[in-house]
Formats: sequence, C-alpha cells, structure tokens
Amino acid sequence: MNWGETFRTALEAIRSRRMRSSLTMLGILIGIAAVMLTVGLGQGAQAQVRDQINQLGSNLLIVSPGSTTTTSGIRGGRGSASSLTTRDAMALASPVVAPDIAKVAPVVTGSQSLTAGTTNWTTSVVGTTPDWLPVRARTLTEGRFFSTAELNNAAAVTVLGSSTASELFGGGDALGQSVSINGTAFTVIGLLNTAGSSTTTDDDDQALVPQTTYSSRVASSGNAAGISTLYIQARSTDALSAAYQEANKALLGTHGVSATAADFTISSQQSLLTTATATDKTLTVLLAGIAAISLLVGGIGVMNIMLVSVTERIREIGLRKALGATPRVVRRQFLVEASVLGLAGGALGIALGLVGAQVLPRFIDQPVTIPPFVGVGALGIALVIGIVAGVYPASRAARLAPIDALRSE
Amino acid sequence: MTTLPIPDEGGSPILRLVDVGKVYATGSVAVEALHGISMEVARGEYVAIMGPSGSGKSTLMHILGCLDVPTTGSYDLAGEDVSRMSEDALAHVRNRQIGFVFQQFNLLSSLSAWRNVELPLCYSGVGRAERKERALWALERVGLGDRVDHRPGELSGGQQQRVAVARALVTDPALILADEPTGNLDSHSTQDVLRLLDELHDQGRTIVLITHEHDVAERAQRIVRILDGKIDLDGQVDKAVLSSLTSIR
Repeated sequence: MNWGETFRTALEAIRSRRMRSSLTMLGILIGIAAVMLTVGLGQGAQAQVRDQINQLGSNLLIVSPGSTTTTSGIRGGRGSASSLTTRDAMALASPVVAPDIAKVAPVVTGSQSLTAGTTNWTTSVVGTTPDWLPVRARTLTEGRFFSTAELNNAAAVTVLGSSTASELFGGGDALGQSVSINGTAFTVIGLLNTAGSSTTTDDDDQALVPQTTYSSRVASSGNAAGISTLYIQARSTDALSAAYQEANKALLGTHGVSATAADFTISSQQSLLTTATATDKTLTVLLAGIAAISLLVGGIGVMNIMLVSVTERIREIGLRKALGATPRVVRRQFLVEASVLGLAGGALGIALGLVGAQVLPRFIDQPVTIPPFVGVGALGIALVIGIVAGVYPASRAARLAPIDALRSE
Repeated sequence: MTTLPIPDEGGSPILRLVDVGKVYATGSVAVEALHGISMEVARGEYVAIMGPSGSGKSTLMHILGCLDVPTTGSYDLAGEDVSRMSEDALAHVRNRQIGFVFQQFNLLSSLSAWRNVELPLCYSGVGRAERKERALWALERVGLGDRVDHRPGELSGGQQQRVAVARALVTDPALILADEPTGNLDSHSTQDVLRLLDELHDQGRTIVLITHEHDVAERAQRIVRILDGKIDLDGQVDKAVLSSLTSIR
C-alpha cells in the first residue's frame, strides 16, 4: 500500500467519523489559533511602541542634564548655570568634533501663558533652532518654520502645534495672527502637522520660538545660555552608536568632567524601545505559555481519540491484517490518520487566527500583527503534535495479533 | 483415529501438515490445543473441518490461514514452509495464497461493495485501475454485478457474505478458507452461499470449510473431524462417514 493509498484511507476513516474527528480537530484548532493570536498581539504591541518611538525622530539621540544638577541649576567652580549650554550644542554640531552627528537641536522649555485676543492658553513654550524640524522628524501643515536669520535676530515669531492653534483660535486661521507670550507679541508663521500624543507629552500642544528670542524675551530668569535638552540626529541608523560615543566624549570635554562624574545622560530610541518592549515581551511569553498548554491539551485529545479509535476498530485492524496488511502498513495508516487530524486542525486554527487578527482589534483597540513565519510554524507544530500523539496508538494497532483482533466483538 | 483413504487427485498437495502441535501458555498453565495433526489437502479439493467447540478446530483454522504459527511440526502451503515465517512474510502469504470468508462477513461498513473487494489487492500493490476491474469481475462472478456501489448496510446477509466470497476470490488464491460461512445466515442465504462454494469447487478451487453443521459439511467431498486437538476422523463424504458422525453425536 503506497502513501497516496494510505492517505486516502486515512481521509475516509476521518470522514466516516465526522463528529468525533471535528471535536478532535477542535482541540488543535483552538490551541493553534490561541498561539497565533497571542504572538500576533505581542508583535502588534511591540510594533505600536516602535512606531511611537520612531515618531520622536529618526536616528535620534537625546541628551538630558544629569539629575544632580537640574535641581540646583548650578555646578560650583565651573561657572555654568546649567549642565547643558548652547556651547555644548555648537560643539556637537561641529563636523570635526563629531563627524557622525548630522544635526543638533538644542531645546529650552518652559510653561507659559499664551494670549490671543481674549483667549488664554497655558502650554509649553519651546526655544530651539531651525534644525528642530528635521531632527524631530516633524512637518508643517501651513506657513514656514523660523529661519537662521530670525534665530540670529531673536525675531518675535512662533510656530504653533495643532492643538495649541485650535485652543487659541478655535476653527479660525491662526497663520499671521498675533500671540502674546510673557508680554511680547509674536507673529504665528507656521503650524505643525499632528504627531499624536504619547503617554508623557502632547507633541501637538506646544509653541516653538527661536532659542535666542526665548532667552531674551520669554524666559523669566536671565539664564541666557542654559538649555534643557539636546536632540542629536546621527547621520544614519548605523552611525547611531558612533554618534553616541562622539557626543559623550565631546560633552565630557566641554564640561571638563570624567565619565564617572558625567552630569548628563544620553539616551537613544533603542534604549527607550528596549524598556518599552520588555514588559510587552514578558506578557507575550506568559500568554504564549498558556496557549502552548492549550495546544498540549489538544494533542492529548488527539492521542486519546486515536487510542479509542484503535480499540473500536480492532476488528477492522484484524481484517486488514488477515487480508495481508503488515504491521508497518497498519502503523502507517494510524500515524497518517493522526497527522491528518493534526494538520487539518492546524490549518483551521490558522484560518481562525487570521480571522481573529482582523476582528480582535475592533474590540480591544490593540493591533494584531501575525508574521508569516508564525503560520508556517503553527502548521509544523500541529503536524508534530499529530505524529507524536499518533505514535503510541499506531504501534498498539500494529502489534495486535490478527486472531485476537478478529475474535473480539 | 479412524483412517480412511485420502483421495489422490494427482499433483502436489496444496496443504501439508506434518505432526503439527500448538500449545498456548496462559499464565502458568500450558494448554495443548492441537496435538500431532498430520494431513494433506490436494489441489481442487473441497474439505470440511468439523468438531465441537473446544476441539481445537479454530486453532487449526488459524494455523491453516497463517494467522498463527504452530508450536511444533511443519506446515507447507503451496510448496512453501510457512510454519516458521516472520510476521511480515506471513502477511504476504495470507495476501497472496489465502482467501478468507468469515462468519461475521467482516466487511468495512464505510466502503462500498467493490471497495471492500479490492482491499486485498491494495496490500499487494496492484494498480488502481486493475484493482477496480478485478473487483468488479469478482462481484460479477458471485452474482452481485448490480450491487457494486452498495455499502454493506444496504445489502442482505447473504449478499454481504457473497461480497466476502468475492473478496476471497479477487486475489486468485491457492486456498479459500471459509470459517463458519453460513453461521450467521438464514436457510435460504445458506443455500445461496453453499451453492456458490460448490460452483467454485467445480471450477477447480481448493476450499477448506470449517463448520459444525452436518448439512453444511455434507456439501464437501471430504470431512476431517477434530476432537480434543487430534484428527478423529478423515474421509470421503459417503454414507459410512455420515452415519459414523451421527453415531458419535
């Protein structure tokens, strides 16, 4: 009896016991679908976090002042008011000092009340340079960003986030309007495209002004050179590590401190990503573990059914042996039957998993991304489960003596 | 043991048992089911094996059918010594040399008549088209040419047994071994099946029939009776044998 023949016999045996076969397959089906959905949920959540972090800007390094200096703002003996200064920004922007750094955007932020006509709105006012736009990977919907000339002249111009603009001007056109910040009238020259909000900051609610204007007209204290954050764009993703080294070395130099006494922190998207996805991974592993157990239970179900099937079909086995089936042929028949049950259950489970991946996001507001290899892997697992579950019942069937098998009622 | 002349129809015997014994070890007790059985069956013979239950008749049938091997002695089937063969080799011998007809019919209920009949051919590697052709021929031969697509459940007992006979015929075996073939049939179907066996015998088939019914045994040429694991009587079916059967009863 060749393989094709064996396969046909197995299909007939499965078809002639429809109810039982479908219940057996259900065990595998649910297990496979559960595994696919948990993996898909995990992948989806990770992709979501990755996207959010990528929105910060491409190839981004973020330099923040060390916590020891932010509270006092003064480091004795060095004469600098804050640990990060415009001097740092200029040093990093130099292609000689840091060839792997493309652009640097120093940022100084403060909470201010904005007034447009009779409307008041308190938001963060950000003093920065024209490079901020490409470094943060943002775009404008209207108008333009401020120029280097406006930066040098400390011009009273501002670019508003979309939320800020709608808070101040309602549905009306904000471009060209005047906004008063800390007593100075600023002209709105551009509007930012929406970026979506993360859990910590609302990137759509801010007012951008030239850094020089910020320090001379907006900042309440006279700290002209101090900045709160430096955004650094590396030349490419591959250069990120080199850019990190260069920035670290340059800042240690300008601050005149050793690596152990560093008064700043450089973080990358990668480090943010690692932290953010670590929790997701733990959850995914836990869920996948539960799904794997359900798959194991499904496999035990297949084995159970195959054992029952051998007992029930003992006369059929006896007859087949009397008609010339060798033990090997009988074993193969039952193995193929179990494998087909496993494979069919697996295929249906994949189908259910794919349907679930479409339906589930509508209810739980979480993206479900099923990578193709998961489908192939799931099918393989289902086949292996079928074979493993079939081995013992099949060898029992093969060992049956034909006379005992024929005699049983 | 009553010895009666064994008919010589010429040619080598298709079955030859020499001093065959079978001992079953059930726990600590060894049960001797057969003891010193020697017999020959010539090609084309129609032999009935009789005996009360517990006589060893079933054990003999299992050995003749290569479903079991003897503990002692030798058994040649169609010129091959099968008494010491491996399980796989025995499966091939059963497939090629023996056509079984069982009391319970033993048809697979999920398969149609012709699919049941082609089953032995599946195990001997015959191609699909030829299997179907031969199965249809065998069914035609037993008079079920118009029932080939019926499942066993849609056939009467007699028809089912005729399907089983067709299945026994399809491999063109050296021996047709019928184990109580009429045990589950009404008298009409019994006559039907016995007539079919008669016809096959007339065409030169070798048939060994196991039964405990006299009127069934009478259809054979020769009766072998087993009692307590030994051949108690072996002879041509004639008035003398029949009367001796009656007297022992």
